[in-house]
Amino acid sequence: MGRVKTIARRTFLIGSVAVAGGVAFGTYLVRRTPDNPLLADASSGDAIFNPWVKIDSEKITLITPHCDKGQGVVSVQAALIAEELDVEFGQFETDFGKPSGAYWNTAMAEEGVPFMATDRSFAAETMRGVMGGLLKVMGLQGTGGSSTVADSYYKLRQAGAVARETLKLAASKKSGIPVEQLKTSKGAVQLPGGFELKYTELAEAASVLDPVQNVTLRDPSQWRLLGKPMQRLDILGKSTGTLNYGIDLSVEGMVYAAVKINPRQGGAIKSFNAVEAKKMRGVIDIFEITGGVAVIADNTWRAVMAVEAIEFDWGVAPYPAEQDEHWKVVGDSFTPELLDSQWRNDGDVDAVIQGEGVLESEYRSPYVAHAPLEPLNAIVKVTDENVEVWSGHQLQRQLQVLVAAVTGHEQEQVTFHNQYIGGSFGHRLEFEHLKQAAEIANKMRGTPVKLTYSREEDFAHDFPRHLSVGRGRGKVADGKVIALDLQIAAPSVIGSQMSRANIPVPGPDSQISAGSWNNPYNLANYRMRAYRAPELAPVSSWRAVGAPGAGFEFDCMLDELIHAAGADPIEERIRLMDHDVSRKVLETVAEMSSWGAELAKGSGRGVAFVESFGVPVAEVVEVTKMENGIKIDKVWVACDVGKIIDPVNFENLVQGGVIFGLGHAMNCEITYSDGMANQSNYHAHEGLRLYQCPHIEVRGLENGDKIRGIGEPPVPPAAPALANAIFAATNLRIREMPFNKHIDFV
Amino acid sequence: MQITVNGNQHEIDVEDDMPLLWILRDELGITGPKYGCGIAQCGACTVHVEGIAVRSCQVRAADIDGEITTIEGLGQPDALHAVQSAWVEHQVAQCGYCQSGQIMQAASFLDQNDDPSDEEIDSAMSSNLCRCGTYPRIRKAVKTAAENLRSA
Repeated sequence: MGRVKTIARRTFLIGSVAVAGGVAFGTYLVRRTPDNPLLADASSGDAIFNPWVKIDSEKITLITPHCDKGQGVVSVQAALIAEELDVEFGQFETDFGKPSGAYWNTAMAEEGVPFMATDRSFAAETMRGVMGGLLKVMGLQGTGGSSTVADSYYKLRQAGAVARETLKLAASKKSGIPVEQLKTSKGAVQLPGGFELKYTELAEAASVLDPVQNVTLRDPSQWRLLGKPMQRLDILGKSTGTLNYGIDLSVEGMVYAAVKINPRQGGAIKSFNAVEAKKMRGVIDIFEITGGVAVIADNTWRAVMAVEAIEFDWGVAPYPAEQDEHWKVVGDSFTPELLDSQWRNDGDVDAVIQGEGVLESEYRSPYVAHAPLEPLNAIVKVTDENVEVWSGHQLQRQLQVLVAAVTGHEQEQVTFHNQYIGGSFGHRLEFEHLKQAAEIANKMRGTPVKLTYSREEDFAHDFPRHLSVGRGRGKVADGKVIALDLQIAAPSVIGSQMSRANIPVPGPDSQISAGSWNNPYNLANYRMRAYRAPELAPVSSWRAVGAPGAGFEFDCMLDELIHAAGADPIEERIRLMDHDVSRKVLETVAEMSSWGAELAKGSGRGVAFVESFGVPVAEVVEVTKMENGIKIDKVWVACDVGKIIDPVNFENLVQGGVIFGLGHAMNCEITYSDGMANQSNYHAHEGLRLYQCPHIEVRGLENGDKIRGIGEPPVPPAAPALANAIFAATNLRIREMPFNKHIDFV
Repeated sequence: MQITVNGNQHEIDVEDDMPLLWILRDELGITGPKYGCGIAQCGACTVHVEGIAVRSCQVRAADIDGEITTIEGLGQPDALHAVQSAWVEHQVAQCGYCQSGQIMQAASFLDQNDDPSDEEIDSAMSSNLCRCGTYPRIRKAVKTAAENLRSA
């Protein structure tokens, strides 16, 4: 890593991986393989090769434990198994499987160690190994942090290969033909002479064999599925309205529930009057639950109408009532006592940044809602013996723990049926709606309860992305950027989120500064300090977590310095770049966009580079200043995930990430008045609409040495690239999201 | 009252002001039309009444005037409508939750204009929100569907 040196390593465990305090574990626990959850339900003759592949006489089932909230990971996980198993799409079923420690996430630890993603030192790699072991001991199954492909890339191909070789062994025993003479394709073992034995025909024979563990994975040059365009397994269902989301499910005997929880989040309910609501048609019951009231009815709409008819007396919010106060608390947090971590201290910023020509700026990134289109929902049925939950969630096992705590059952008594999710962006990492559904169902034991949030309830109880303030000082000389001293203050998103999951998190929160300190630039003098503001409104991980805010603050500050130096925005970023893979990303986006070409009058271009989740991403945005405001014309994106599994899905996710980043930067924020969010629906928190969507050209590179995910990394560079483009076109430097507070968009 | 959905007659007994969306979803169990916002901002609930795209969250039971078609009635996995075929061909969906509404909006629009300009497509499709950002693919799919409808 060249001259990148003084990176804080003062703590063993840090914020972005949730870790129970004081966990001690030995080598035995780390080596022990968690129990295979498929064995619990196995019948005689079922061939269960590992936690991901089950074959019986009827069908082949592939378990895809990572939840699918739109990223297409059911298909991606299945394809990784199918590549080695030699089954085609259409020959198998998929299942989200039961929550289990066997599905512990092997990749989530990457983001949780206090080292740059580009750091391959012994210390960094050792710490990643230790963190990975800890997640295994915890049995942390989860989808998040763009970790699905990284987690699955090796182990699911391995799972497919183990099943394939075991089936060949079964075929060999059955036919008497040596394994070496057997081949596999299209769900069958191919025998010499044109005969074949279908995997389903071999299931019983394979079921009594020890799985063959000594397998060799195929070289990517031999792949027939991976790396090529695939038809997503869910595409037909999602194009015909036949795929069920959690909100579409029905369970025999089910009743419908709506809730209203104190919109001053975490505040108490003092009293309520439901006299009129109780008289409304279809209302079955109305009762108080933690923080609010539940209505039970025979239809979702009737339940919501009745909730709206209740009069409430709410307690105060446990955080400042007005938005200005939130900003003041964050702005007052740049103190030595609240220093969370000094992530970089290269050179000597104090000596260099003084005297004439010091450039100073302050940036702001607001609260933003997740607001996926499918509102939060869950069906819960509680009996004395067990609990069943139907919903879509990213943290399957923690869900069981928290639901069990509400109903008084043991974790093992909670059965969770995970569902396809209509968008999350981090929303389905939260548990409050599930705890509420469990509380309601627990009062109505034996009756399944379907809780659906109204959009207004969903906005009121969206734990938004944290707000942050970035303060930068810098200096340029001889046409170059020579120094940057960046400080960012924000409440801890990981601390807030994990407090609701009852998981204490020691150490600094790397997400306060994610997207700033970790960009692999080699600035001669660079200091980055993160401050942990006191807890304000409850906040949660929003797509790319810290990087959309801190990355905006960092990259725009750098852009200001580059302009002050009179340098070219891409050339100076390339000059400063200290990582070959990232430099190539910048060079590629320059080439794609014909950077430097003459633009039409009124047009301007901005570039931004932000690395998040180990993925370097560079984006160039071109805008035109129209009579009525800014029009976003084009975006070029280059990024590097090491290996692209499905180029079609990859392009879709990158374009979607850019649109997500642009739209929220343009017109979205959550603000609080009287302790309540002012924005209650999409009219006030709109994002990008189709007519505003630029042409987006994507190029994925494969130079990186680790396999990474693409769900989040395209988001962070979009906002700074847009701000930098607006500056280029108008000379207006916008230092605060959403940008529509300062300029109109057409 | 009686309503006709996808060619089937249903007898329903609901309040005059119950939105068509909730009649479909909770009374009839037809879940292709989705609840997203309830205030005509997202378009996920779009269905056809007499072939015209409407926001079913804004149509009161008492105002239902004509035959209703939902995404399930437009086409099925083994008998796709041209718009659905284009959606599959271009792999439009990510989470997919808005796509029932997007497809119903596009089908109604193309029924009235099977040779739209880029600007007309943008204008017709901009009242449907997609939080995942599949807009580039929606544009392509609408164009492909238009071509296929013209040559059909």
